[in-house]
Amino acid sequence: MTSMEKLDILIVGVGGQGIILSSRIVSLAFVRAGFDVKQSEVHGMAQRGGAVSSHIRASANVYSPLIPDESADFLLSFEKLETLRYLNFVHSGTTVLINDQRIDPPSVAAGKQEYPEDIKARIAKKTKKIDFVPAAAEAFALGNERIVNSILTGVLAAYLPFDKKIWIKTFKETLSPKLLDINLKAFEKGLEFKKNF
Amino acid sequence: MKELMTGNEAIARGAWEAGCGFATAYPGTPSTEITENIARYKEIYAEWAPNEKVAFEAGIGAALGGVRTLVCMKHVGLNVAADPFCTFSYTGTSAGFVLICADDPAMHSSQNEQDNRYYARLAKVPMLEPSNSQEAKDFTALAFELSEKFDTPVMVRVTTRISHSRGIVELGKRKNVKQKPFEPNPPKYVMVPANARVRHKVVVERQKKLAELSETSPINRIEKGKGKIGVVSAGVAYQYAREVFPDAPFLKLGFTHPLPKKLIGKFAKGKEKIYVVEELEPYIEEQIAALGIPVIGKQKLPIIDELNPDIVKAGFIKKRKPNPVEDISALPKRPPNLCPGCPHRGLFTAIKQLKPVIFGDIGCYTLSVLPPLSTHDSCICMGASIGVSYGYSKVGANEIKKSLGVLGDSTFLHSGLTGVLEMAYNKGMNTVIILDNRTTAMTGGQNHPATGFTLKGEETRAVDIPALCKALGVERVFVTSPFKVKETRELVKRELDIKEPSIIISSEPCPLIFRKRSAPFAVDPEKCKECGACLQINCPALTRKGKKAQVVDYLCNGCSVCAQVCKFNAIERVPEKKATAK
Ligand SMILES: Cc1ncc(C[n+]2csc(CCOP(=O)(O)OP(=O)(O)O)c2C)c(N)n1
Repeated sequence: MTSMEKLDILIVGVGGQGIILSSRIVSLAFVRAGFDVKQSEVHGMAQRGGAVSSHIRASANVYSPLIPDESADFLLSFEKLETLRYLNFVHSGTTVLINDQRIDPPSVAAGKQEYPEDIKARIAKKTKKIDFVPAAAEAFALGNERIVNSILTGVLAAYLPFDKKIWIKTFKETLSPKLLDINLKAFEKGLEFKKNF
Repeated sequence: MKELMTGNEAIARGAWEAGCGFATAYPGTPSTEITENIARYKEIYAEWAPNEKVAFEAGIGAALGGVRTLVCMKHVGLNVAADPFCTFSYTGTSAGFVLICADDPAMHSSQNEQDNRYYARLAKVPMLEPSNSQEAKDFTALAFELSEKFDTPVMVRVTTRISHSRGIVELGKRKNVKQKPFEPNPPKYVMVPANARVRHKVVVERQKKLAELSETSPINRIEKGKGKIGVVSAGVAYQYAREVFPDAPFLKLGFTHPLPKKLIGKFAKGKEKIYVVEELEPYIEEQIAALGIPVIGKQKLPIIDELNPDIVKAGFIKKRKPNPVEDISALPKRPPNLCPGCPHRGLFTAIKQLKPVIFGDIGCYTLSVLPPLSTHDSCICMGASIGVSYGYSKVGANEIKKSLGVLGDSTFLHSGLTGVLEMAYNKGMNTVIILDNRTTAMTGGQNHPATGFTLKGEETRAVDIPALCKALGVERVFVTSPFKVKETRELVKRELDIKEPSIIISSEPCPLIFRKRSAPFAVDPEKCKECGACLQINCPALTRKGKKAQVVDYLCNGCSVCAQVCKFNAIERVPEKKATAK
């Protein structure tokens, strides 16, 4: 378990995957657990399939909303290739949690560039704490491709030091009643993937 | 009560708590959500204006009418509103008038990176710069007080990182402010030269008083620390600097126009070095240097892009390590793209073959500049497509008539009307295409004067765009669906060849905003000849499986453009029932 003096979490992926909702829930959970939190993302282009990243920082008193180089405690990646774009934030103690899903960038779809095959090996040069989680496959199994983000929120939550009650409360505060059940189910699914590194 | 709020939500809350009653804006990242949040407070009238200049002017009217008023825009919006801004400084206001101006260092969603702090100096208007969400709320409320006390519009300048970062905010109650009846006062409000000369003197005197206030204001404060290096900073840069110099003495500035010169002098006294940490231009640095105080700032920090803790550290302490394992530039990029089912894709697919010169504009359609669509020859500012395509066709020989102006419906209503007058009045030969997707898509789908709805969701009169174009003097006005690729191409080709000004309205609603979706398509691998023509339309729902094209069915929106470009009829709509979520 990471010491709770500070926690820096980076959530990355592709626009439209629900990264922004996920990071809102995670940061609100920190607030409800009594921490100072800053969360920062850039939207605007977020729904247009571009690369998206969101920084979440929690401690007793947070200054910069952006995480410095080699300071992330967790990197939660919604897409395999995207993980590589953010390795500057990773150090030997970083836990890297990856949705085992491939979304081809346009240059790959057009056959101009290759999708990298050695993603794990490249991350492993910086940290050994890597886990690929079949969140997309689980979401399809639950019959809804839009809940990948809540599964991944669960995957991350399993490593964070607060009570499940806080998470449920946060989900309730954030989602409409119509979407709540399926997303909580997804969240619970995500919790099951916890690994002991 | 404490809440987690973005800077934009906090500004909206601050305005509400300050008793604001009127809010107007034109959307623009990163400022858009301020007004969207204000619209949720029932006590505040809130609206989308057709553009920033009109918003500013409507705001002047509301403030003179005695109601506290908030006007919001992105940095380039103030270029559009600069005219009323610079003179409203002279007249001053009646009720509080606050301008929120949101700059976009790093150009996350903008066409330039101008530093609008210079506008505060240009117009001699006081400026506040919050450095987190709590200050965003507090400074907005303070700005209303200053506006009334000093009889001036007040500018609150934020940046993308302030607007779009969440932080904890302590909430307060709404203040009850009474509407002040308008007191006619022509020498104050009628800016003919004789009056304006008098008012300019008033403004200069006001500046002196504001300078005194800046010296003592609690939002300009010295934070004691260790060591002989002092750091001066404002806005989000302060947070980065604090992270890098946790123990240094700081001069934290929140009131950045006019700057507190005496306080700066006092802070500098006895220090060996003064560092200025600010994003973009050396706005603070140059003013301190002009006091004769040696400062180090842009000599160590970039003048472009956002800062972050690593850049500040690299500038002043030690060099940043290059990413040791990844050369990010070699990774396949993921630029933003038109959505599956976007009508703009149909239009650009239709006109690409004609190889016209395309003077574009600002909106989702600008995303089509990227390969493989590659369909823009210029993009300058909102509305420019019309004037530029007109001017280009005017100086050209015959073939140059093949120039097109392309802009969206919101952009057309924002600043296209005068451009159309130009091409009609001065006998232009260009053709303009208005991409009417019934919304302001790029900024998240705001209503505008042709959607039939107000910001608050009330039904209203929708302007008839074809009739409007005709009324402006263009006779050749046509409407087409961009999902009929061939028809649209033929129409555009015909108009390009006619030596008269013409306007084509390419009309289909935005599927992202209106959540419109038809049954998806699929590629028949037997029929696919691997020619790659469908991939040239750059749809996120199209990819390859081996060498064959493949449709990702849960992404496909069913627009049919890919099927229309396939010469082998290999792409067909999947019958409704068979479409599965894979
Ligand atoms: C002066 C100015 N104000 C606001 C913006 C922000 N902005 C960029 S594109 C856009 C509107 C796009 O709407 P539209 O023209 O309808 O095209 P769409 O995105 O719907 O395709 C806005 C408001 C800007 N760039 N410049």
